[in-house]
Amino acid sequence: MSILVNKNTRVVVQGITGKEGSFHATQCKAYGTQVVAGVTPGKAGQEVEGIPVFNTVRNAVKKTQCDTSLIFVPPPFCADAILEAADAGIKLVICITEGIPVNDMVKVKRALRGRDVRLVGPNCPGVITVDEAKIGIMPGFIHKKGVVGVVSRSGTLTYEAVHQLSTLGLGETTCVGIGGDPVNGTGFVDVLALFEKDPETQAIVMIGEIGGDAEEKAAEFIKQQVKKPVVSFIAGITAPPGRRMGHAGAIISGGKGTAAEKMKSLEAAGVRVVKNPAEIGNAVKVALGR
Amino acid sequence: MEIEVVAAHTPEKIIREAIDPAVGFQGYNGRNIAFALGLPAMEAAVVTPFIQMLGNLYRLFMDKNAAMVEINPLVITSDKKLIALDGKVSFDDNALFRHADVQQMRDLHEEDPLEIEAGENNLNYIKLDGNIGCMVNGAGLAMATMDVIKLAGSEPANFLDVGGGATKETVAAGFRILLKDPNVKGIFINIFGGIVRCDRIAHGVIEAAKEVKINVPLVVRLQGTNADEGRKLLAESDLKLEVANDLWEAAQKIVKLTSKAA
Repeated sequence: MSILVNKNTRVVVQGITGKEGSFHATQCKAYGTQVVAGVTPGKAGQEVEGIPVFNTVRNAVKKTQCDTSLIFVPPPFCADAILEAADAGIKLVICITEGIPVNDMVKVKRALRGRDVRLVGPNCPGVITVDEAKIGIMPGFIHKKGVVGVVSRSGTLTYEAVHQLSTLGLGETTCVGIGGDPVNGTGFVDVLALFEKDPETQAIVMIGEIGGDAEEKAAEFIKQQVKKPVVSFIAGITAPPGRRMGHAGAIISGGKGTAAEKMKSLEAAGVRVVKNPAEIGNAVKVALGR
Repeated sequence: MEIEVVAAHTPEKIIREAIDPAVGFQGYNGRNIAFALGLPAMEAAVVTPFIQMLGNLYRLFMDKNAAMVEINPLVITSDKKLIALDGKVSFDDNALFRHADVQQMRDLHEEDPLEIEAGENNLNYIKLDGNIGCMVNGAGLAMATMDVIKLAGSEPANFLDVGGGATKETVAAGFRILLKDPNVKGIFINIFGGIVRCDRIAHGVIEAAKEVKINVPLVVRLQGTNADEGRKLLAESDLKLEVANDLWEAAQKIVKLTSKAA
């Protein structure tokens, strides 16, 4: 078992003929993911590493029965690409692109409301179910099949945590990057609910950072509905207020969204919060009594 | 009026009104705000232009991809005129490509020169007050690196995300920027190689160090893709640096080296 994606997931890569798109489509395929189609308007008939390219997502769905989209389209055209995928009947849209205008995402989120489609990202590393499907830009080899579900707002910091889990022999089930933008699709709460229900996931690692109130909402949810042990690290205890720390969503504004506040809410919900990011793996080990 | 003070002490006084982006600002949005503020105690001469003004603020916010539009203070004169005495607008950096007029208003004198230089090199740099310069790939890991420096007993001099590329050029630019800060007493490079290979980064560090004279202690931590090869390259170079595998070990090393230097 796993969440969101598995070996049966059929992927279309939007923006497959671009530099990033072609590189990562190839990498995902090499990991074993079923990458069955690509889309670049005007380039139908071409192939990228044996993957057929279509002009529209609608055609790709019709010809290849793809159900999940991975987006590498440049920021100005991303809202369009996400909505195109949703309209073509794609059930899971994973958007890697960084730098989409916030107002574009506000409109996209409104348009997707009530529809049978899930958006992950944007500005995220993607989703990987270990040994089954890698749908994103994370390095596959650091992952090891195991029992920990990982959900995070950051990319490389997730790799850091995964590396620790793999090295300690705990391994991962599925790792989900929800992205560093202020307006995104799937949030912590959605993923926590999925991990709680997944029989293979025995513990959850949640990596947050300054800005917004996603961690506070997660804390509320964990308190009420999550029985599995949760270990959390929140980046940015040293971040100054009012400055955007790389990610568009990582900003303490009006005194809100500090790391200290988030850690407090999570601790109050029974989450094991680690102050040292090098201790994430060990904390999970302790939580699992290994 | 200080909105932060209101939020901290009397949050119930803040009126929140959600506008549906699918249909935009509606009359009722304006009426909700006007009535909640107690404006109807006055006549339509005030309420009607007030609601119009709110609609225009929303239009400005959406049309120009603003991050914030603020009028503070807004006053009503004794002859029932609405006057905005001061205002602020900030914009979404990611949408500037749509607004040449907004870009033209950028005033470089208002920004930190090192941050401007970093931007020109596609680096994301924010100056802080500590004395350990750090160079990291990825925003989350860069923040975590700052946090771990503090945990090890010192303070970070900056946030610096060199992005996924981390080539010789970006590392060299990173070194130049870090060393221009006179507070920097040591440098900590923390790279988790994913798609970027650590041996490439090691090459980048070695080449960059040849170009930029580094006169402070340097600790390099490489992990991930080809980390062993990368560490070997660094160890065999004639650079004066310490190599580390683990994040905590690396942070303790650089803190120790810089406290000795101080």
